[in-house]
Amino acid sequence: MSGRVLVGVKRVIDYAVKIRVKPDNTGVVTDGVKHSMNPFCEIAVEEAVKLKEKKLIKEVVAVSCGPQQAQETIRTALAMGADRGIHVEVAGKDYETLGPLQVSKILAALAKKEDAQLIILGKQAIDDDCNQTGQMTAALLDWPQGTFASEVSLEGDKVKVVREIDGGLETIKINTPAVVTADLRLNTPRYATLPNIMKAKKKKIANVKPADLGVDLTSRLEVLRVDEPPQRQAGMKGSTELSRRDS
Amino acid sequence: MANPFRGEVIKLYKNLLYLGREYPKGPVYFRERLKSAFMKNKDETDPEKIKKLVARGEFVIKELEALYFLRKYRTMKKRKGARPGLM
Repeated sequence: MSGRVLVGVKRVIDYAVKIRVKPDNTGVVTDGVKHSMNPFCEIAVEEAVKLKEKKLIKEVVAVSCGPQQAQETIRTALAMGADRGIHVEVAGKDYETLGPLQVSKILAALAKKEDAQLIILGKQAIDDDCNQTGQMTAALLDWPQGTFASEVSLEGDKVKVVREIDGGLETIKINTPAVVTADLRLNTPRYATLPNIMKAKKKKIANVKPADLGVDLTSRLEVLRVDEPPQRQAGMKGSTELSRRDS
Repeated sequence: MANPFRGEVIKLYKNLLYLGREYPKGPVYFRERLKSAFMKNKDETDPEKIKKLVARGEFVIKELEALYFLRKYRTMKKRKGARPGLM
């Protein structure tokens, strides 16, 4: 086993930012808006780094797809303990239509190229809430998947994953290589402090183009319109009897 | 100022300043209070006292990291629900 773990990290609008829809309803305002690493991706990076600290795996490679700014997100992953980064350059129109299908094709190609033993991703991104990339990547590679992971342990050449599902907790054991997606309760991600960011500057980020990986970025989806959620109606004051019955 | 702690204190200040960018009340609010807190003790020369102050600064760093994590965790939990089906 290569002992190499691929971690996908996505640059998204920061969770604390108030989202505004563009006046032409084609999307949300991203210019000049604070961006950061998707919180679920932070949890994924933390899990990979933890595995390395336990000496269960040898190398953590952080991958991000997007324009130049995606490198900042990779730098954060490096500051958290990843060993090196891969920036898959996608910009302009291609970036606007970049979705789980395209990213999973990229990750699958990289996983083969890097001989990855494990791919850890966040379960979903907070900007699109797709929850598809991990599943699609596993399908493209024909690898087993442990999604919504709240606990991950390596046992020889197998992975034990405790999944948080509707009915409760499901524990599965899957063969490696495998894809795991991180849920909220998997771990507490460490903060990328300034000294760690400084140290991470020495780590390498490789530049790759999707064409180099033989990936076709054409989207099968077309965004027709983006709207704000409907304004909440002002609450209606009911009679006291009704409200007592309701509670 | 040939104080041996100078480097350490400056590093601490820079680390706190970096962390302060994400402060809920805004980085400006944070920086004002950070600066005044450091300036209040700028004439301290007792190495024991300086060590204690630096340790307090490190403690504040840990508190801030915990604050940021809890904020993020609580927001994620509220939005995404405790179970995938509740999303």
